[in-house]
Amino acid sequence: MAVLLIAEHNNKELRPFTLNAATAASQIDAEVHAVIIGQNNENAAKKLSELPVVKKVISIEAPHYENFTAENFAPAIVKLAENYSHIICSANTFGKNLMPRIAAHLDTSQVSDIIKVISPDTFLRPIYAGNAFATVKTNDTKKCVTIRPTSFEPCESSGGTATIEKGEASVEFSNTKFIKREEIKSDRPELGTARIVVSGGRGMQSGDNFKLITEVADKLGAAIGASRAAVDAGYISNDHQVGQTGKVVVPDLYIAIGISGAIQHLAGMKESKVIVAINKDGEAPIFSVADYGLEADLFEALPQFMEELNKLNTIQK
Amino acid sequence: MKILVAVKRVIDYNVQIRVKEDGSGVVTDNVKMSTNPPDDNAIEEAVKIKESGKATEIVAITVGEDKAQETVRKALAVGADKGIHVKTEGVLEPLAVSKIIQKIVEKEKPDLVFMGKQAIDDDCNQTGQMLSALLNWPQATFASNIEVKDNSLEVTREIDEGLETVEINIPAIVTCDLRLNEPRYASLPNIMKAKKKPIDEINVSDLGVDITPRVQQLKVEEPPKRKAGIKVANVAELVQKLKNEAKVI
Repeated sequence: MAVLLIAEHNNKELRPFTLNAATAASQIDAEVHAVIIGQNNENAAKKLSELPVVKKVISIEAPHYENFTAENFAPAIVKLAENYSHIICSANTFGKNLMPRIAAHLDTSQVSDIIKVISPDTFLRPIYAGNAFATVKTNDTKKCVTIRPTSFEPCESSGGTATIEKGEASVEFSNTKFIKREEIKSDRPELGTARIVVSGGRGMQSGDNFKLITEVADKLGAAIGASRAAVDAGYISNDHQVGQTGKVVVPDLYIAIGISGAIQHLAGMKESKVIVAINKDGEAPIFSVADYGLEADLFEALPQFMEELNKLNTIQK
Repeated sequence: MKILVAVKRVIDYNVQIRVKEDGSGVVTDNVKMSTNPPDDNAIEEAVKIKESGKATEIVAITVGEDKAQETVRKALAVGADKGIHVKTEGVLEPLAVSKIIQKIVEKEKPDLVFMGKQAIDDDCNQTGQMLSALLNWPQATFASNIEVKDNSLEVTREIDEGLETVEINIPAIVTCDLRLNEPRYASLPNIMKAKKKPIDEINVSDLGVDITPRVQQLKVEEPPKRKAGIKVANVAELVQKLKNEAKVI
């Protein structure tokens, strides 16, 4: 039986993690169908049909799908479910909100946030904020699985020619009303997908001092992160928080500045490819995960770091 | 208005998790246990709503083994009026927990059900959404602000792109983010008073719910360790390593 991928989009474009979820879906079964639910989402549906791993697109449109509420989405997907062995979605706030609602309707015990497909019914997933990995096998006939997007490479985004079918809309759920969405606008790359992340912790001592981090991030084309301690101290807004209760990031380069490395923070960044730690406390736990540690006062090190970066002829962006 | 708050007993968030050598799970013997952190936010929010005069009763519920009752007792000390302990043994999946709470909701008839957005042990993030599906109630997940209106709640949700605001009609489910509020500590007099508050004990077998696990945990292992890194002497060496050795800038 084919697997059903739930596309995440903004009615115009696919959201990037849809490509990672498509990769995971294709590792479960080669026959991947994708459902896209929204309003006036023709363009995003076309993009979805161009993913080579997707064999068929089902597009469902109605005014009450415009804002992606789970209460409206779940019945539409449940209706499609009988034709599929698996339903797959990203384990970001979109999928975390939606999938359990589908799983409960299907009387299925969901497998959340997998980082590896071992076989079509067996998966690897982190528990205890990544401090342990569990191998789990689901015995449900219908399998609802959310995937950790950063653990799967994005699939190719062009060259596919899947057919686009219209699907049937479900009735509106009238007890939930969307009011507004305030997206954080920024010229910087998004924290969850950035190639480089520069993060500050309590060692920054003030919100003003974060401008030292901003300068470095600008120079490197990086996203700005923060530890929970820095967020709680009010140095920076909480959408920058990296960690168990914030975002999990897996950039090519993670630079932790003035961050001691609490368990919760490490859970959000320790899978990064290269980790740099700058901290004046040589015993700080962050050094145990750092590829390159510099024991130094950050207020001296950061200006020097800028100076050294300025000396370079080229910087990868 | 009556609010039901679900709380779970988990390994304390400050404890370094150790995996059992036989791969059967993580070490829980002689390990400090606490209420799941965002469940504390759920209790706090319910108490604040009651203090503002908009709720009349708070019922705290937990599902689990005997010791799980500690979390209900703590909720009573912070301001819940009554406790419910559904006694179970062994592995419980979120689907089973949501079916159990559904039964309790049918009996207690709360207007709102609050709980943490995710438990920090299994990290599933499912129970609230599943419960709202089973009840066909609206759900506001990852709540960082709640405004109580006449017959609805206006809830701000933490989403990847920023913030989203939804209005949900009562009865409804809210799952709470850590940013929702600052949970208070129970005072000693309130801890003493809580000991006298009632806790209903219910055996799960009396609820007629199938809680058989569907997902087998085959193995639990330590995550791969990072290779030990090096300390660099100065900033110039750091930048040189990043450029020429790691090749990331």
